[in-house]
Amino acid sequence: MNCRSIIKELTNYLDEALDPVLKTSIEKHLEGCEDCRVVVDTTRKTIQIYCNSEPAPLPEETKVRLRDALFKQLNRLRSQPRA
Amino acid sequence: MNPVEPRQQLPSTVVKEDEPELVAAAKAGDISAFETLVSRYERKIFRLAQNITQNREDAEDTMQEAFLKAYQHLSEFQGNSRFYTWLVRIAVNQALMKLRKRRPNQVSLDEEIETGEESMPREVEDWGPSPEDRYEQSELGKILGDTIADLDPPFRIVFQLRDIEELSTEETAEVLGLSVPAVKSRLLRARLKLRQKLNKYFRRSDNQ
Repeated sequence: MNCRSIIKELTNYLDEALDPVLKTSIEKHLEGCEDCRVVVDTTRKTIQIYCNSEPAPLPEETKVRLRDALFKQLNRLRSQPRA
Repeated sequence: MNPVEPRQQLPSTVVKEDEPELVAAAKAGDISAFETLVSRYERKIFRLAQNITQNREDAEDTMQEAFLKAYQHLSEFQGNSRFYTWLVRIAVNQALMKLRKRRPNQVSLDEEIETGEESMPREVEDWGPSPEDRYEQSELGKILGDTIADLDPPFRIVFQLRDIEELSTEETAEVLGLSVPAVKSRLLRARLKLRQKLNKYFRRSDNQ
């Protein structure tokens, strides 16, 4: 296992989609390679930060405008007899 | 839509327990239940649409159309997946149509791209335990939005679906009409690029 193979398997490793033998050999490499450890750790954090980030609130004007338009259309749909 | 294996590795951050009840009520004609679903997911769907289309007007239209379509086709939702995942699929399809319309000459999203082998990143610096805490919520949101906007569409869309919306690799492949290996190679490229671009904000040396 070398640094290049770690990068190649990075996505499967982070998603825990590797067979145990490969996983163990990656972890053995990581124990002795500071650079790979940092890459694995910061890539994992990249995913976590995006995954946990809350979307910004919509500006009030946009929210009201979009909801009004949406519910106007939904009410129109509801009032139509179903085909 | 075919049921596919849902993603198991990460706890879902997007589904609340009462979602099935709300969907059932909306199906039975309770419009206020549908309103609750809209208010719960509109921010997420808007961000998804914005991240894919990179155009405010298209993002607004995408969100409108996605909720409208979801309402119209609610009776077809069988509960084989989470409602949110189903909604994401609808929104992605709407967003992709807009993107293709606005940028017809760019690389087709379901075309195989030769990504080649990724090399070991050059910038290798530790970020410390919770680097995102150094930024205010709104500032962090801007950093994340600007950074993902810098990626080419084939990469940012895969990352959006897989790592932000938490679809499985198989679901992502199905929605985008890609093979599983293509999703994986794009995801690896996207993750490494985002990591590299975020490095300047999160590395320890500048901030501690």
